[in-house]
Amino acid sequence: MEHGSWLTGSLVYLAAAVLAVPIAKALGLGSIIGYLAAGILIGPWGLKFVTDPQDMLHFAEFGVVLMLFLVGLELEPRRLWALRRPIFGWGSVQLFGSAALMCGAAVLLGVDWRLALVAALGLAMSSTAIGLGVMAERNLMATTSGQSVLSVMLLQDVAAIPILALVPLLAVSAEHAQGGGWFGAAKAVGVIALIVLGGRLLLRPALRWIARSKTPEIFTAASLLLVVATAALMQSVGLSMALGAFLAGVLLAESEYRRELETDIEPFKGLLLGLFFIAVGMSIDFAVVMAQPLLVAGLVLGFLVVKGVVLWAMGRTMPIPVVERPPFIILLAQGGEFGFVVFQTAAGAGVIDAPTSSLLVASVAISMLLTPLVLLLSDRWWAAHLAAHAQGPQLDEISEPQHAPVIIAGFGRYGQIVGRLLYANGFAATVLEHDAEQVEAVRRFGWPVFYGDATRLDLLRTAGADKARVMVLAIDDIEQSVEVAKLVREHFPRMTIVARARNVTHYYELRNLGVEIIERETLDAALMSGRSVLELLGFERHQARTLALRFRRHNVAQLEVVRPHFGDEAKLIAFAKQGRQQLEELFAQEREAARQRTERAGWGGQDAEPDDKGRPAPR
Amino acid sequence: MPEPQPTSGAASAEVLVLVAHPQMEQSRVNRRLMRAAGEVAATSRGRVEVRDLYALYPDYLIDVAAEQALLAQAKLIVWQHPVHWYSMPPLMKLWLDEVLAFGWAYGPGGTALQGKDLWLSASTGGPEDSYRPDSYNRYFFDAFLPPYEQTAALCGMRFLPPLLLHGAHRVEKAAIEAHAGVYAERLATYPEWPELAELAECVACEVPATARPSTEPEGA
Repeated sequence: MEHGSWLTGSLVYLAAAVLAVPIAKALGLGSIIGYLAAGILIGPWGLKFVTDPQDMLHFAEFGVVLMLFLVGLELEPRRLWALRRPIFGWGSVQLFGSAALMCGAAVLLGVDWRLALVAALGLAMSSTAIGLGVMAERNLMATTSGQSVLSVMLLQDVAAIPILALVPLLAVSAEHAQGGGWFGAAKAVGVIALIVLGGRLLLRPALRWIARSKTPEIFTAASLLLVVATAALMQSVGLSMALGAFLAGVLLAESEYRRELETDIEPFKGLLLGLFFIAVGMSIDFAVVMAQPLLVAGLVLGFLVVKGVVLWAMGRTMPIPVVERPPFIILLAQGGEFGFVVFQTAAGAGVIDAPTSSLLVASVAISMLLTPLVLLLSDRWWAAHLAAHAQGPQLDEISEPQHAPVIIAGFGRYGQIVGRLLYANGFAATVLEHDAEQVEAVRRFGWPVFYGDATRLDLLRTAGADKARVMVLAIDDIEQSVEVAKLVREHFPRMTIVARARNVTHYYELRNLGVEIIERETLDAALMSGRSVLELLGFERHQARTLALRFRRHNVAQLEVVRPHFGDEAKLIAFAKQGRQQLEELFAQEREAARQRTERAGWGGQDAEPDDKGRPAPR
Repeated sequence: MPEPQPTSGAASAEVLVLVAHPQMEQSRVNRRLMRAAGEVAATSRGRVEVRDLYALYPDYLIDVAAEQALLAQAKLIVWQHPVHWYSMPPLMKLWLDEVLAFGWAYGPGGTALQGKDLWLSASTGGPEDSYRPDSYNRYFFDAFLPPYEQTAALCGMRFLPPLLLHGAHRVEKAAIEAHAGVYAERLATYPEWPELAELAECVACEVPATARPSTEPEGA
């Protein structure tokens, strides 16, 4: 920082981030691109606010350490074990397959093998932040492609650690042994053993003791201290700080403090990673890029194509549903932040020289810049093309016209129950489900389920929406559910919609589209539980039932009363209070009436009156 | 949901008490009577079983097979309920409609209940003197019993003289206790009742096949 004052530095970094990230997000480019752009802007090739990004990069590397700690926290040993096949199988295929191909190509082109190996390993990585972000944004996390992307990225996260440990060793073999061979190795093993044992035996009691002090900021400090201390310990014996943090994370993944640690570390990780991306942006040496624009372009194109080919082959054999392949390939083909770390480490260890590192960092950064754009293009052309010719080898989309009187959209926990009731009573239903895995799972039980996205008009037509009488809208994703409701109301108004609402907002959205038969998915189950509680408290079963049903009627009626004011929070709260009061009053009145009835002890001959409403039947 | 267990687990109860009160929580008489019956059942080693229909079937979904199995084992069937609108509570009526099925309880082959005894234990809100031609209920209470008697007769059961408690809301605590005592004593000593010796066996009424739709025992 040229003015030496941390205040000026903070001002520049924070202002750049605060300006660039929202702009990038608004443009649909994602926050990472924003950070990178901010870095480029304030860096030596932009406005020159910062001329020596290396210091900042060293500091910000700690963001990566924190990120690996969090990755570790997410990976309980058990979960790691359950996912072992997709992770270690397909993940290794991606990482080492791509790396081997790229390394081989580079060596054939006459590059030094050490450089080729480091470059290939670094380029084989994909951006976890971008990849998982996009998947979550597009609601693809639960699909085959989403799980596959996650698995591959987990392997990359895990593999990054030995790779980062390996890179300095390449330098060692290139130059001279440092730290004295066996002794160094023994020290390293000792420290890892210390972390594993300490993590198992000491960390939890220590955290419990700290948590008992009930001072939240001290727990935050302790979380940071834990990561810093582990990192320092690892660095002192020449091992990767990130590996230490990852180990500490895994050891704490099963502890009761996992969530707390996560929430405490998360903002630091976010900011430091942002800083890291800014620093990366600053360190893109545009001189190198400008000097060899063709080389950079060739490099980017080359590694994207090699990785793309490997991923395409994987997508075919795994298999991933055809329509989900474009995002799978694009998201994993790009370079990633681990690549930056690998190149920084390699440059620091002297395996590659600074210009080469700049070249590689620039290529990765450019590929990351390109990813959102390529995704947009692929949505336009590729996905549309695939959808038009979607005849996947495993899961054909529904193509034969169907004539069942009922269409069930969404065949998860909700739709299945509706479907089973229908089938049990001899009714056929055309079932549409867009999650390929779910389709396979349900088909295994012998259900005729069609793979298809109910938000598509042509698919709805094929499903027989023109002739069907009822559409069971049981999709769990609220947006998609509303979209389907809109489509059906507009194009197939003859069909009655029977909808599942995830919550009240969803209920209102459907209601406002003119859907009339809507069940809130938790209401009746919760009322049944409520009945059980009343019974356990000593209410007669029949009375508990009556109270629950009356509560239900009141609750649904109240929902309709409030509907015109939906969106006005103040009014909603007022209505909710009023509704609760009304119900309490109603029940209280009933209890009072019952009490009076007992006191009055019935009506005898003399004071006989005609029976009126609310009275029990003559006895 | 915690299903209430019958007071005795045995499937071979000789005395089967079926209680029906839609608002048991407000009951004075029937709750006390059910407790008395329950106490008898508890010490009867499975000879007496008490079933609270509204607790067993709060959703009106009667387990017909289970009910029929218990009926088939019993010798004495007791219906214990308050009289509402000169009749039985709705779930009790639904129980009749569904459990006493054509071809099982009556009609061709419907002999499952033949030779058993049916005993009504009912309470009325109105006092005994309201069930008179000169009072607001206009009829003696006996006038409301023929549907019960004929139900028993159609199934080949003897309709035992009912046990009645009138004026249930106003009756003295002591009277209820005494009534519960009689009820319990009767349940415990069946079939050693003095009046049974005088009653003739009931012969099942024949139901001509044309009285029912030929196929399914539902509808009409």
